[in-house]
Amino acid sequence: MLTHLQRLEAESIHILREVVAEAERPVMLYSIGKDSAVMLHLAKKAFYPAPPPFPLLHVDTTWKFRDMYALREKAAQGAGMELLVWQNPEARERGINPFDHGPLHTDMWKTQGLKQALDHHGFDAAFGGARRDEEKSRAKERIFSFRTATHAWDPKNQRPELWNLYNARKRKGESIRVFPISNWTELDIWQYIRLNNIEIVPLYFAATRPTFVHDGGLFMADDPDRLTRVLGRTPDIVERSIRFRTLGCFPLTGAVESEAATLEEVIQETLLTTTSERQGRVIDKDAGDASMEKKKQEGYF
Amino acid sequence: MTAPGTDPTYRTEALIAEDIEAYLAGHEKKSLLRFITCGSVDDGKSTLIGRLLYDSKMIFEDQLAALEADSKRVGTQGQAIDFALLVDGLAAEREQGITIDVAYRFFTTERRKFIVADCPGHEQYTRNMVTGASTADLAVILIDARKGVLVQTRRHSYLCHLLGIRHIVLAVNKMDLIGYDQARYEAIVADYAAFAEGIGIETFTPIPISGFAGDNITAPSLNTPWYCGPALMPHLETVELDTTADRARPFRLPVQWVNRPNLDLRGFSGLIASGVVRPGDPVRVLPSGRTSTVTRLLTMDGDLDAATAGQSVTVCLADEIDCSRGDVLAAAGDPPQAADQFEATLIWMDDEALIPGRGYWLKLGAQTVTATIQPPKHQINVNTMEKLAAKTLELNAIGVAQFATDRPLVFEPYADNRALGGFILIDKLTNRTVAAGLIHFSLRRAQNIHRQATDIGREAHARLKNQTPKVLWFTGLSGAGKSTIANEVEKLLHLMNRHTFLLDGDNVRHGLNKDLGFTEADRIENIRRVGEVAKLMADAGLIVLTAFISPFRAEREMVRRMLPEGEFVEIFVDTPLAEAEARDVKGLYAKARRGELKNFTGIDSPYEPPEAPEIRVNTVEMTPRQAAEHIVRTILPLP
Repeated sequence: MLTHLQRLEAESIHILREVVAEAERPVMLYSIGKDSAVMLHLAKKAFYPAPPPFPLLHVDTTWKFRDMYALREKAAQGAGMELLVWQNPEARERGINPFDHGPLHTDMWKTQGLKQALDHHGFDAAFGGARRDEEKSRAKERIFSFRTATHAWDPKNQRPELWNLYNARKRKGESIRVFPISNWTELDIWQYIRLNNIEIVPLYFAATRPTFVHDGGLFMADDPDRLTRVLGRTPDIVERSIRFRTLGCFPLTGAVESEAATLEEVIQETLLTTTSERQGRVIDKDAGDASMEKKKQEGYF
Repeated sequence: MTAPGTDPTYRTEALIAEDIEAYLAGHEKKSLLRFITCGSVDDGKSTLIGRLLYDSKMIFEDQLAALEADSKRVGTQGQAIDFALLVDGLAAEREQGITIDVAYRFFTTERRKFIVADCPGHEQYTRNMVTGASTADLAVILIDARKGVLVQTRRHSYLCHLLGIRHIVLAVNKMDLIGYDQARYEAIVADYAAFAEGIGIETFTPIPISGFAGDNITAPSLNTPWYCGPALMPHLETVELDTTADRARPFRLPVQWVNRPNLDLRGFSGLIASGVVRPGDPVRVLPSGRTSTVTRLLTMDGDLDAATAGQSVTVCLADEIDCSRGDVLAAAGDPPQAADQFEATLIWMDDEALIPGRGYWLKLGAQTVTATIQPPKHQINVNTMEKLAAKTLELNAIGVAQFATDRPLVFEPYADNRALGGFILIDKLTNRTVAAGLIHFSLRRAQNIHRQATDIGREAHARLKNQTPKVLWFTGLSGAGKSTIANEVEKLLHLMNRHTFLLDGDNVRHGLNKDLGFTEADRIENIRRVGEVAKLMADAGLIVLTAFISPFRAEREMVRRMLPEGEFVEIFVDTPLAEAEARDVKGLYAKARRGELKNFTGIDSPYEPPEAPEIRVNTVEMTPRQAAEHIVRTILPLP
């Protein structure tokens, strides 16, 4: 009998191959997090012994953790794939940062940046590592999620998705976002990382790191000089044993105090924990209940 | 009710805390069950799912806190926790208080992992339910114990049975509200059993529950001592999975992707639809019928000794045989059939109704072909299962129809194999998924009528005439000048000693097509027949000119696909509507404007201009003669 992980793996590989067979110019959005790591590993399996026949795209905000940038290069090389990095030139020029610009930081660097990058390269299908268990509006998104030429998502006008038959047809200018790991849960991801020895960013494991408290949240001072420049003061840096449940921009991603230094300990802590995964991210809360749904309609992944 | 300490979730938590390695080792071995819950808002469906998530500890404390706050603000349960709020996702739905799309939920118990498709129950959401049912191993059909078997219960059961779900649970909910009345419960079950038998459901598992109070969810309830069957969760944990059943069937692998990393290796990748495959097995490639032997089952983690239904694999074969995306690798001794005419049940899912005769993309496994659907034999009333006469199928309608494909399709009846019997139809213009289909069988006609080979072929006909056959397809509004220009072109070609024939729209409607009117379906049939005639004439070596409004892209595309590459030349006679109407050679526009002529292109029937015609002539800038010369120069460039 197949285990649940074998079935999830088979489904994801099927999706990856289907897109490559039907799309003209696919790309994999690679965010360097653990979900991206699993998605990339599945892509390697889907096309083995050939390298995955599409590039990786990182939509960079310039505010990621340094450990993330390091793994990014290594992972792309290991997979034998081209790595494309996009930084929104307008956000760069206006010096958009998470402290002064709040939600605009995510909108400019990520939402607008992603649209720019897809348009610039002419990609017609983009793989994303979103999971349906992450958030309520994601629970209803299709695996092949159709976007208009302006990247808008209309939750009321989604294509029915039956069996494992995916409709990848679209007109010129339109595109699809494809979520090969839609049906994976957070625990599945961890378990798969463990069984396949997939390398992930060390920040997922507890270690003593420089931290500061900002707006009631605990953050890591990954680049103290830059922090000082943007904040206009030197934050009070305290060494604490911390780790991250999710990775984004270092000033937006809350750390948790933890001693879980191995994969098994992290899984244990995750299972026994009492707060849900996206709690550490500010993005879900900035417009009440329907925040993520609204962002997605605007083109956010 | 369950006593603390015996609930499996508590033991799980202890195991995680004490021995994570042991817990993970156990978790790795869990299987996966996908199920669907059907019921209307009032049946407490969302509450039941919320309860399953809650009881299996899939709700985190922050979600619980938010849930408690939301329950007080917008909940429907007074001060108690409204589990439904956990699962009603989209903002629009929360406002309306109903579930309008399929949402997927995940939870895990000690024995299994579950994916729940939470589907809306109203009739206008039939397509959503069908979507959720298509991947489910089991269906939980909810009934409100106070109301018994309703029209919607019958509809949900019919749809689940139609989509081939083998395990049906009849969850008689809200038992707490009828005082756990055994007689009432048994009456409902008997009522349902009579209905289920009538539609072909052989077995089902009835369970008296309360999603709100938690009775018979994780463990037998003390409130229903008269009930001896399993509680819901233990039942879900033990039913047989479809992949286990699929494993026993003959090997089928729809080839999704051909992996050619280098000259020495050619692997055929896909998801195994049924059966088991091992190196050394003889296999047959369908539809070509060629055979070979499996040499390797290639994966990144090393070659496999065997692979089974539900696994994505890459198969290498001993011989260099032709096999590409859309072909099916099958057990050599027991292959599936290929055919091009079928009967199927169709579930229509688009706002735009079925147009019989129009070509749709049909996707089945990795095969994509063009299919034309006959008018439905009948439509099925999903509430009463009555068969009704129907000319078309509208949104959410279910009917039986025959269809033909432009290429042979490798298939199995849906009842035998979901992966090779289920298909979707895609509109060629809007690209929307407009229908789901379930193949019953192929029509014998396709198998028994073979093409008769003739010795004088189309090349021989053309050679004798010393020309390359073509179909010059003039399209444009009424009064655009199609017939006039086509006539000029034919005169020029005739002078050049070319063998031609002009098929004119009005003339054909006096003879071959005099039985057709001007409805959308008739116009499509008009073009199909003209396309077939043009094809026969091109086979005879002629240069065929056709002058038809032919307003729909899909039909022009259909004719293009009937002919060899390059022989179909689409000529767009581009005249603005105002100009054509001003000319109004036949006085038809005036009649249409007065309402005396229905379905007139440009007035009350659309014209879809070609997106990339081979030739476009602008009749405002060119005279008919100039246009004709331009066309002849383009199709017969001077040597």
